Amino acid sequence: MRVSLFRSMIAGAVLAGSFSVAVAQEVTGAGASFPAPVYAKWADAYNKATGVRINYQSVGSGAGMRQIRGKTVDFGASDAPLSDADLAKDGLMQFPTVIGGVVPVVNIKGITPGQMKITGSVLGDIYLGKITKWNDPALAALNPGVPLPDAAIAVVRRADGSGTSFLFTNYLSKTSPDWKAKVGEGTAVNWPTGAGGKGNEGVSAFVQRLPNSIGYVEYAYAKQNKMSYVQVRNQAGVFVSPDDTTFKAAAASAEWSKSFNQVLTDQPGKDAWPITGATFIMMHVKQDKPQQAAAALKFFDWAYSNGDKMADELDYVPMPDAVEGIIRTQWRKITDGAGKSVVN
Amino acid sequence: MTALAVQSIPRVTMSTLATTGLSSVDMRSADVPALRPSGRLGDAVFANLTRFAAIITLSLLVAIIVSLFIGAWPSIRHFGLPFLWTAEWDPVQEKFGGLVMIYGTVATSIIALLIAVPVSFGIAVFLTELSPKWLKRPLGTAIELLAAIPSIVYGMWGLLVFAPILAQYVQQPLQSVFGNVPIIGSLLSGPPVGIGILSAGIILAIMIIPFIAAVMRDVFEVTPALLKESAYGLGSTTWEVVSRVVLPYTKAGVVGGIMLGLGRALGETMAVTFVIGNFNQLDTLSLFQAANSITSALANEFAEATPGLHEASLIYLGLVLFFITLVVLSLSKLLLLQMRRSEGKGT
Repeated sequence: MRVSLFRSMIAGAVLAGSFSVAVAQEVTGAGASFPAPVYAKWADAYNKATGVRINYQSVGSGAGMRQIRGKTVDFGASDAPLSDADLAKDGLMQFPTVIGGVVPVVNIKGITPGQMKITGSVLGDIYLGKITKWNDPALAALNPGVPLPDAAIAVVRRADGSGTSFLFTNYLSKTSPDWKAKVGEGTAVNWPTGAGGKGNEGVSAFVQRLPNSIGYVEYAYAKQNKMSYVQVRNQAGVFVSPDDTTFKAAAASAEWSKSFNQVLTDQPGKDAWPITGATFIMMHVKQDKPQQAAAALKFFDWAYSNGDKMADELDYVPMPDAVEGIIRTQWRKITDGAGKSVVN
Repeated sequence: MTALAVQSIPRVTMSTLATTGLSSVDMRSADVPALRPSGRLGDAVFANLTRFAAIITLSLLVAIIVSLFIGAWPSIRHFGLPFLWTAEWDPVQEKFGGLVMIYGTVATSIIALLIAVPVSFGIAVFLTELSPKWLKRPLGTAIELLAAIPSIVYGMWGLLVFAPILAQYVQQPLQSVFGNVPIIGSLLSGPPVGIGILSAGIILAIMIIPFIAAVMRDVFEVTPALLKESAYGLGSTTWEVVSRVVLPYTKAGVVGGIMLGLGRALGETMAVTFVIGNFNQLDTLSLFQAANSITSALANEFAEATPGLHEASLIYLGLVLFFITLVVLSLSKLLLLQMRRSEGKGT
């Protein structure tokens, strides 16, 4: 008796659940935390405009990839692009949504934002623990006239696995052979030195608190906290400051028409900020639920057309219009079971 | 169901006795026979529910162990037991060893106990033996309130408020005085920035003091006044009463309270991850060195860990923490047994 009562209660709950899903169309996605604020803002505006709910879970890129592979969500999101081979293996396709930049920041008495200059190999030596003092000859040579103190460098980096760390270590691997050999790139690496802060807020808290420290954070954190960012020398040999024009310049030079597998670090172009990266959406090419896929794509289509200003307000850089055009044509590859494209 | 019916028989007879007692007063009342079966049913449902609660907790425990083991299996097969004493943690090369985190977890918990046990003991003795009546309640409540503060608040307070104070007023003076003394100096080496093993241990101590102190106070209070008054009557000092009468009488509760605190210290995550520095190298045994703990590594890396060895190794770490807690619990039980056996032999 009680068992059957339980059963009917569970069945009722399940029914009620599926009922509410059926009433309001809802698209679910999961993944990277870096773009979560802009996705939330877009989703809110989109819900007001169309009534469709976009439910994005900011669970981290790794968990997002697991969920899209398991088909428990309509789209996955990751800060690191997958290689074309990996995409083919899982039957996925990816496209970039917004661009962000990673900014080295310092806390040295008397140093103002943008006053200090650095190169990738020197940055690598600092994070390898080879350069330990701010008045090291390598730093002094790059910064003539800047009053660098005779003090130990307190190195700060992310403790949690993150897309920010991926971009940063990817850049160091491209510019410092020593870094590439000893540490390599990844969302989490075997850091040879430094204290780890949790999240961008943890790193910025450490850097702001520890005198003579250096760290790296998302551009938005550096800007909002008015931290002393450092100019970085790009591939063209120019020292650039981080802002939307230098991020856009980095995105513009990538060959998006060939593949969306583009990590935008160390890009050519004299205005390109060297530690730039896009964040990506992953979807299955062959869809079991074509209606859900079409609804998800409609949302991103709307976001590309109407979301630029919202992205700007949150200090993300929208994709260049030309790239958005390429993305829209790539969406035609997403098909239902019969091979018919879900977008028209 | 049959076992249940058998078990509920004595209870039914008890309730029958009770109702017969009642029915002699109110013979003709129509609801007496109706009460009996409903009481029996209620008893059966209640017994069933309690059994269900006990069984589901046990099976959850087993399920957690099994799923931890399955999740960790790729890492167990690949690294085996040397995982426990390998210090390398390199997600890029997929080489994993848990020594740094295990050391961090154990070291911070030991520091926390070293600080928290004497302080809690002092609090409990003061509250039960020495405090004026008007101070007892507010002080006790204030200490219990410490337990209600969310751990993330402790973490943020530790990072933003406590760490700078520790760095400036403790670490830097200590280093300048003892920096060149051989063994002590190496224990105090490292950047004096206020984060590391020592700060994590101190924050943990503050977090577990209310638990240990509350348990100690409660068990001290149940010591029969007769025993204490007799000891005082024989001319004992407060210290003698506490050490010779109260402590022997309450040792099981005291050990239990300490173990409760230790369990919390071993498993604490958010507060530790803020102040421990999350540094996966074991260069020195310095107390000022940034380090990592099992829980902190799990919290930080799990979300972005790639499926495969990285994820399995993190779960392996979780399994290790599970066993550490299990060992601690069994040791405390053993300790209590030992104490009971040696009872009455000394003095």
